[in-house]
Amino acid sequence: MPFLALEALTKRFGDQVAVDALDLAVEQGEFVSLLGPSGCGKTTTLQMIAGFVEPTSGAITLEGRDLLGIKPSQRGLGIVFQSYALFPHMTAAENVAFGLEMRNVLRAERDQRVTQTLALVGLGALADRYPRRMSGGQQQRVALARALVIQPRILLLDEPLSNLDAKLREEMQIELRQIQRTVGTTTILVTHDQAEAMALSDRIVVMNKGKVEQVGRPHEAYEKPASAFVAGFLGKTNVLPGSVRRENGTSVAVIGDGRWPVADDVGDDVTVSVRPEKIDFTDSAAGSIGGTVRTRIFQGNHWLYQIETPCGLVTVIRQNAGQTVPAEGVAVRLTWRPQDMAIQPAAAATR
Amino acid sequence: MSVAVTSTVVVRQSRAPYLLSAPALLLFAGVVLVPIAMTVILSFHDWGQYKGIDPVFILKNWREVIEDGYFHEMFLRTLRISVLVTLFAAVFGAPEAYILNRMQKPWKGIFLLVILGPLLISVVARTLGWALLFGGETGVINKALLNMGVIQAPIPFMFTETGVVIALSHVLMPFMVLSVWAGLQRLDPQVENAALSLGASHMTVLRRIVLPQVMPGILSGAIIVFALAASAFATPAIIGGRRLKVASTLAYDEFLNTLNWPLGAAVATLLLVALVAIIVGCNRLVERRYAQVFQ
Repeated sequence: MPFLALEALTKRFGDQVAVDALDLAVEQGEFVSLLGPSGCGKTTTLQMIAGFVEPTSGAITLEGRDLLGIKPSQRGLGIVFQSYALFPHMTAAENVAFGLEMRNVLRAERDQRVTQTLALVGLGALADRYPRRMSGGQQQRVALARALVIQPRILLLDEPLSNLDAKLREEMQIELRQIQRTVGTTTILVTHDQAEAMALSDRIVVMNKGKVEQVGRPHEAYEKPASAFVAGFLGKTNVLPGSVRRENGTSVAVIGDGRWPVADDVGDDVTVSVRPEKIDFTDSAAGSIGGTVRTRIFQGNHWLYQIETPCGLVTVIRQNAGQTVPAEGVAVRLTWRPQDMAIQPAAAATR
Repeated sequence: MSVAVTSTVVVRQSRAPYLLSAPALLLFAGVVLVPIAMTVILSFHDWGQYKGIDPVFILKNWREVIEDGYFHEMFLRTLRISVLVTLFAAVFGAPEAYILNRMQKPWKGIFLLVILGPLLISVVARTLGWALLFGGETGVINKALLNMGVIQAPIPFMFTETGVVIALSHVLMPFMVLSVWAGLQRLDPQVENAALSLGASHMTVLRRIVLPQVMPGILSGAIIVFALAASAFATPAIIGGRRLKVASTLAYDEFLNTLNWPLGAAVATLLLVALVAIIVGCNRLVERRYAQVFQ
């Protein structure tokens, strides 16, 4: 039995479906991200687990027990809010101690656990400071400590890093992962940042329009996207129109003037998505499409190209390994391995 | 040459704010400061039944106001009424603002209008409305209470402090609601959810999380209500009448009935000084208490 199970969880606001029959099983100690664009239902899902939003239908069970009948204050979950939602009239230590006070933890033990948790998030020295006098990153740590100190059964993170600047966000990502590994709390993160989801999670749940598009390990979801939406949302991708035909007894995908062998018939008209970093330049005409370099941008560790092809603009990323690179305006041929393509029927891609 | 030009520009720029605000400053000085100064000076003049106002410098009026038990009673009553009105406004106004803030879209606007509506009606009209409700044994409230069997004898509302406190609390309630409302707007709505998720009950959330954060709003509302209650004239004049005088109606009577302007001026000045002292003191206290958290 999974640790946390969401079964056919549905939430409607009026006639708008925010979350549509969502199924998800989370194992103990797992770090799962709900990833999707704004309005995909990820925050509503989190709020239903937390108990702030009542589901229209469906079930949530934690360790086999139904969560829906339990008040938010009795669920024993730790939540870090996007705005941090710290108590501005309390010091960092008082903020962290609040949850323990509500649990009638004795003074001595309370003080010890507060000190311990503040040290865990690296704020040992700022225990007596008020939130207003702290930076965004420090407030974020207080919010995390406040959620962790009650030893929650699940830690819910609602876009916790979105208010931090890029550099701090990266640092906090690493730190958050380390803290989660140390404490071992089952964690559910809601985010719209695919890099964050991939960096932190054991598994990613990609959501779109209230539905789950794909559940999988970050690497798996990136390499084998289940839909064009996932391919487009997780990292950059080129979506090319093509068709699958049978030639000389084998199936081939025809894209522009290039041909690639494929395993099965997907349908006549298909869309093919290929990651920019999987595309290489080649001299051979077989298994490649022709085009002209329109722009070439140097970005330090890699080159970013826009290639004009009969199938549209194709983005190519080549690592800067000191090789000679095609200049703008030069005719090139692009190739990629057959296993680097994700092929979907054309109808599915327009969804 | 160029230096000289620059310096005149700087001088002109630094003068500009004063020049621009001069008309307003002059108006303010003309209609507020000068009359106050004249009232203060007037309070030191002599007055007699037959000689009228005598422009000399004496302390007679001040001695009378400070030493006479009659005046003590008036000022103590003013203070008592103001404190009670402030308390009532806080006890009823703060929850009112909180409930209002939690209401859904159409009701929020409607009830805000209901609460602020009284501000659109003249104080005199509203107070006369209360006079109709109170009105001795035949008043609506007493009749209703007698019929329901809640009371045996009619409660005297008119010409009593009870009546003045009730009517003034109603008249001044919107100021408290608005002030607390403003404080609630700054509250992060997620903060209450955060406290709930940590295991706090709804009552605990209100007491430990919401109340401390709207306290500055309640206190600044209290300062406004207190100042308006202490200097209110129409309501004590109509509900309290000539029998139940407060500082402002006392000053009015000295000016217009006894015609002892200097004594009236002394009463008015003392009221002003006391109010300023109390308000500035409270403000200091509030600022010091909450500076660390809210600055």
